[in-house]
Amino acid sequence: MSTTFAAIRPLTFHSGIHPREEKYLAEHAAIEVLPTPPEVRIPLLQHLGAPCVMTVKPKAVVSIGDVVGQAEGFVSAPVHASIDGTVARPSVTTLPNGRHVDVVPIKAADQQSFEGMALYEDVLGGDWPTEGFERLDPDEIADAARDGGLVGLGGAAFPSHVKLRRNDQKPIDSLIVNGCECEPYLTADDRVMLEAPGAVITGALLAQRAIGAEQLVVGVEDNKPDAIEALLGAAAGTGMMIRVLKTKYPQGGEKQLIDAILQRRVPTGGLPLDVGVVVLNVGTCAALARAVLRGKPLTHRVITVSGAGVRNPKNLLVPIGASYQSLIDYCGGLTPDVARVIAGGPMMGFTISDLKVPVTKGSSGVVVLTHGDVRKSDETACVRCGRCIDVCPLNLVPTRIALAARAGLPDIAERYYASACMECGCCAYECPASIPLVQLIRLSKVMLQNKKNKA
Amino acid sequence: MATSNLTALDELAPAFRVAPSPHLANTRFTTQWMMLDVLIGLSPVLAVSLLVFGWLVVVQVGLCVLSCLGAEAIFSKMRGRPFPWYDGSAVVTGVLLALSLPAIAPPYVGVIGSIIAIGLGKAVFGGLGYNLFNPAMVGRAFVMLSFAAQMGAPAYVVSPDSMYAEYTPAILTQATPLNVAKEYASNLAKGKADSQSVPEAVKDAAAIEPLFLGTINGSLGETSAVALLIGGLYLCLRRTASWQIPMSILATTFLLAQACHWAGLTPFDGIRHLLGGSLMLGAFFIATDPVSSPLAAKGKTIFGIGIGVLVVLIRVFSGYSEGLMFAVLLMNATVPLINRWTIPTPRGGPVPSSKP
Repeated sequence: MSTTFAAIRPLTFHSGIHPREEKYLAEHAAIEVLPTPPEVRIPLLQHLGAPCVMTVKPKAVVSIGDVVGQAEGFVSAPVHASIDGTVARPSVTTLPNGRHVDVVPIKAADQQSFEGMALYEDVLGGDWPTEGFERLDPDEIADAARDGGLVGLGGAAFPSHVKLRRNDQKPIDSLIVNGCECEPYLTADDRVMLEAPGAVITGALLAQRAIGAEQLVVGVEDNKPDAIEALLGAAAGTGMMIRVLKTKYPQGGEKQLIDAILQRRVPTGGLPLDVGVVVLNVGTCAALARAVLRGKPLTHRVITVSGAGVRNPKNLLVPIGASYQSLIDYCGGLTPDVARVIAGGPMMGFTISDLKVPVTKGSSGVVVLTHGDVRKSDETACVRCGRCIDVCPLNLVPTRIALAARAGLPDIAERYYASACMECGCCAYECPASIPLVQLIRLSKVMLQNKKNKA
Repeated sequence: MATSNLTALDELAPAFRVAPSPHLANTRFTTQWMMLDVLIGLSPVLAVSLLVFGWLVVVQVGLCVLSCLGAEAIFSKMRGRPFPWYDGSAVVTGVLLALSLPAIAPPYVGVIGSIIAIGLGKAVFGGLGYNLFNPAMVGRAFVMLSFAAQMGAPAYVVSPDSMYAEYTPAILTQATPLNVAKEYASNLAKGKADSQSVPEAVKDAAAIEPLFLGTINGSLGETSAVALLIGGLYLCLRRTASWQIPMSILATTFLLAQACHWAGLTPFDGIRHLLGGSLMLGAFFIATDPVSSPLAAKGKTIFGIGIGVLVVLIRVFSGYSEGLMFAVLLMNATVPLINRWTIPTPRGGPVPSSKP
């Protein structure tokens, strides 16, 4: 461990939890390229915002990087073919978050232009310049992000060009690059920082150029010393800061990260924009560097396949639209005591019941938990111990909101600021009575929305 | 501890369970653990009590715990619910009730106190988690008001001439320090004593070292400040008890008692009011009962300050020498109100009423 950062006390935010990290399962597994699957199914809605409109006809021959769905509206992002092949008849799938979306299936051609190491080199490898960006027009960078279909790769999948476009009403002074990866099990961002620190740094500098932020800070949790060292090496002479953060969930939440690094509070219901900050995930930065400097759209992403229920945990570079089944098969398959297959991390991810579901741009991991992992005691009465309040990063009163929701009283839930909840799940994780707190809070939000819709 | 049930079907072909996040839970911290923590925290207190009061502690604690468990079993049956012996709350109530009784309280006091504690203190409200008042204190208040002779100041003392004196620890022949102070204060007020010449008994009762170590007469679990501090610190470090409550009780009591001492209202100063009586037991183990104390940090502080103020008011101005029990019960009644007044503001400010 280098002394450059060990000497500084790690920054952090108020509250939060320390779940078992379980990162050891995959953190030393170098990124492998998934062999091109026989078919990919590319959803037309992979981001927060309006769905795309399909722009190719069945039987059309597409090559990797061709647009197959065009964005509609400002907050949207186009989708691209992630393999060479032939478009099949469009169908529908249900994403892990429960949304039904149209998909464009593509049957793989026998000959692929990018596969194996060549693909890895194109996405993450090679040289990444760190200077000369002042010649670039900021709008061109945002345009490249939009045309490349870039969205936040941390999970929320918010279209990146919206964040990168300069806005005179809301000037941005700080860009934070999020390398926390606070969800247990997930190691994809860790591997990207370790294997392609240059791409991350270059992307960060490009983003800084696009939004005109004065300061650029990369935040990484202190459980990734190797990644920090790699970034320090790649960032030498660029003037950006690498800040070490305490390993704590949800350190990678935007509001918690901004609080820890800049001591600024994003107003409830507001965006980082409101306090002059833009936050980008490390994977998004690497994808931005590729989009701007190599002109390549977002067709692949790094994803962690981990958990006790999968035989060989790995980090994979996969084409968007590959099925979860193909990922799990490549990792040796499932063990017999599988309980839940989760798209995303175990704290905020969604369980999937059908492994044919395709990987989307926002998929950061597949975590397979066994019955032993999800063991939980029966629910008992709330003893008002206040642990949920202690761990809530937003200082809410989860038990009151949850019990109001259970009683069908969304107005009371709102008195306790239910709508401010970001659903990180710390309360439900910690509750000694095993009350499904965050689940009930979600319910109260839905009840409030239904009530508003009726009125 | 119940686990997810594997059905025979699962054995044949693993099924994927669908559930909302989070998919992990902290299994190291449960309600049972909280109750066990209280018992662990009480172990130094029990140890000192055993040294000071001998076999009387074993009898009293055993009696109360068994009565509480019995009462819990009966009331659970009446309510048609399973008997929740495993949650440990009845045991905690029993131990705390026993520790708040005089060593020589007759057996029926402990038994009746236990039944009332579980029945009126907890079961009528709907069981653990729903009670408004601290069950142990409900039980103690009932027996204290019903059996004044067996629970009041004289009940703590065994006369050296009595037939029991031979079989009980010698410490029981002394009056409790707070009773000594109370008597002296009332004598002063009546003009029977002179503030210039403090009697030897008062000086003895005011000696710091016995008050700190616990080699004094009093309720079974209240005498040793050092044991209570160790146990209390353990509870706070484990976060089973919220530090705000004992902190604010002790600080308020100290400041107010010291002020009353300077005003000549009580012969004991702030530090002796902290060490004497059941203040430490109450501050660390009774007021911190999560069910009957406020939820948020601010509310907990208000709750503790309220207890501190009431304790000093009762000790100094009422006929009782000790006020912890009534202070806790009175403040328990204000908890719903305190909770309503102290809803924490979300980090990032209140939710905007309507989005523009």
